[in-house]
Amino acid sequence: MRFTWFNLMPWPYLPDDFREKHHSVWVDIDSNLFDPAKGHQVYNNYLDLLEYAGKLGFDGIGVNEHHQNAYGLMPSPNIIAASLARRTDDVALVVLGASIALYNPPLRVAEEFAMLDCISGGRLVAGFPVGTSMDTNYCYGTVPGLTREKYREAHELIKRAWAERESFAFNGRYTKLRYVNLWPRPIQQPHPPIHIPGGGSLETFDFCIDNTYSYSYLSFGGYIRGQALMQGYWDRVAERKAPDDSPYRAGFAQTICVADTDAEAERLYSKHVSYFYNRCLHVYPGFADAPGYRTIKTIQKGILSQYAPQTMFQQLPWKELVDNGSVIAGSPETVTHRMEDLIKKLRVGNIFCLMHIGDMPQDKCMHSTRLFAEKVMPKLRHLFPEYSDDQRFWCKPLAKRAVPGSLPVESEPVGAER
Amino acid sequence: MELKTIPTERVPVRYYEGGAGRPLVFLHGAGGLDMDLGFLDSLAKSFHVYAPLVPGYGDSEECAELRDMLDFTLHTWDVVDRLGVRDPILVGFSMGGMIAGEMAAVAPNDVSRLALIAPAGLWMDEHPIPDIFSMLPFELPGYLFFDAEAGARIMSAGANMSDPKFLQAFLVQNARQLGAAGKILFPIPERGLASRLYRIKAKTVLIWGEGDKLIQPVYAGAFQRAISRSEVVMIPQAAHLAPFEKPAEVIGAITRLQ
Repeated sequence: MRFTWFNLMPWPYLPDDFREKHHSVWVDIDSNLFDPAKGHQVYNNYLDLLEYAGKLGFDGIGVNEHHQNAYGLMPSPNIIAASLARRTDDVALVVLGASIALYNPPLRVAEEFAMLDCISGGRLVAGFPVGTSMDTNYCYGTVPGLTREKYREAHELIKRAWAERESFAFNGRYTKLRYVNLWPRPIQQPHPPIHIPGGGSLETFDFCIDNTYSYSYLSFGGYIRGQALMQGYWDRVAERKAPDDSPYRAGFAQTICVADTDAEAERLYSKHVSYFYNRCLHVYPGFADAPGYRTIKTIQKGILSQYAPQTMFQQLPWKELVDNGSVIAGSPETVTHRMEDLIKKLRVGNIFCLMHIGDMPQDKCMHSTRLFAEKVMPKLRHLFPEYSDDQRFWCKPLAKRAVPGSLPVESEPVGAER
Repeated sequence: MELKTIPTERVPVRYYEGGAGRPLVFLHGAGGLDMDLGFLDSLAKSFHVYAPLVPGYGDSEECAELRDMLDFTLHTWDVVDRLGVRDPILVGFSMGGMIAGEMAAVAPNDVSRLALIAPAGLWMDEHPIPDIFSMLPFELPGYLFFDAEAGARIMSAGANMSDPKFLQAFLVQNARQLGAAGKILFPIPERGLASRLYRIKAKTVLIWGEGDKLIQPVYAGAFQRAISRSEVVMIPQAAHLAPFEKPAEVIGAITRLQ
């Protein structure tokens, strides 16, 4: 099993009446709500928490990309990953991911990921999301009906740039480059492992299966609701006759809160969970799914955006969120039991642990994170032993890596042999 | 009006045909043709009307190869060609007006009569056109109709968003129709027409509902200034859906082109 500690980086100062008074947390979020001086504190707090998780034995620490979004302060995940690369040493940097269709040219992603892989000594796990409709269409102006074609072309360009050792011309519809010649190049060959976050479209299932990428379902609806979608994926893996059904072909994001007892979990965390589900997920439904973004085939399968009016999160109390699996919360025993249920039912080898939730303060987040790392994770490590040597979907760092901050002492004569 | 199919280079195209007289090609707006059928029936009393559907609209086949403004413009010329019509009165409403304007600009010698009804295609920062793509169904009538309440009743007739089957059909239709429209209208309904309008040689009438809240009447002046032989006809007590709300007045304005 592989556990990645994930931080969405929510803005923790949304007002109590946000849901009533504001149109949307995303796209047209009221920019007066952002205070840059507070932002300085928030970014540094969140980076500290990611680094903290990196020291507790999580396999990865994870970041992602959102735009004009008050629950995601990372328009550039690579900037966050770069700061983490220097302050962590043996944890994977999971960038899930960079929305490749939004970069002009998309080669930029191949370059930045190569830089991150070099700086971190091969610790990069790369992600290529199509991006939500809010991000790609409404914030970044991509034509909905052309988004997937643009994405596929960007993917082809990046893969070729990583693979080919000589300069080549790329004559795409959306990007035309005479000299594609990647410099620097990633440490991991032929390329870093790739995870694709998806929301249930069949095209994305097939894309992952055909390219040996891991499919990640980053839902906030929890594992009970996520089961049908993941079953759809595994059915597709069988239908397309993939060589194996390794659980590492899949990942799932789950909101998790651990305390000493179940009651204590509710006391400590319920208000922050409520902040997330009731304020951060207040997305105007008109932004959920620009017409043309989702394919007809996918709509006909009944797969809607988790932000669409019919699937949107209502004001839910703690008990319901816990019972329906949106949140896995409680004592280490309760959480272990439910995580095992999740892992087996969804058959997922990669867990993206959403452990900083809403406006949770650092001390509570550290408490929950430490209990998970010390009392839950070790009890789940043994699952799927038959696939324990499946390295295809994880990074392969250099054995000997540079140590940041190793400048020579300046009093020594310049050029002296050491 | 009769619904027929004609092959084109890229995709079979569905179109309505009816009436007798001088040929007239009508290009529909982003909402499709459903609400214009009454208008077309009236139009067919004086003209031989052809009203092709943009691929993806109604029951017509989608066409992934139509990606940008030039594709839409040339495709629609292909349709006119296949219909065997020469120099029709070219009429376009909203998105269709944008396409008709482009057609007249790229082939100015092939269009001598042009009617643009509240056409899209220009953008003024001080008069932004609202984002129809992010609107929920209940928000549209306020922008489309002169009488928003009556419009809401018309648009919601038979609609039940809590019925999953209805919702799925609605979303599929939206994805097909507005998915196609988005190629030329998203995120800003402007693809450079302003720099090509000077090429239009046709005698042009610009028809606008005085109460248009989607593409405000101030845009009529911008089109008028850029097209040399053009005049503006403002229709009182009509909004964006002028052909639906005031068919006789719109037809009267088109007839002035004869």
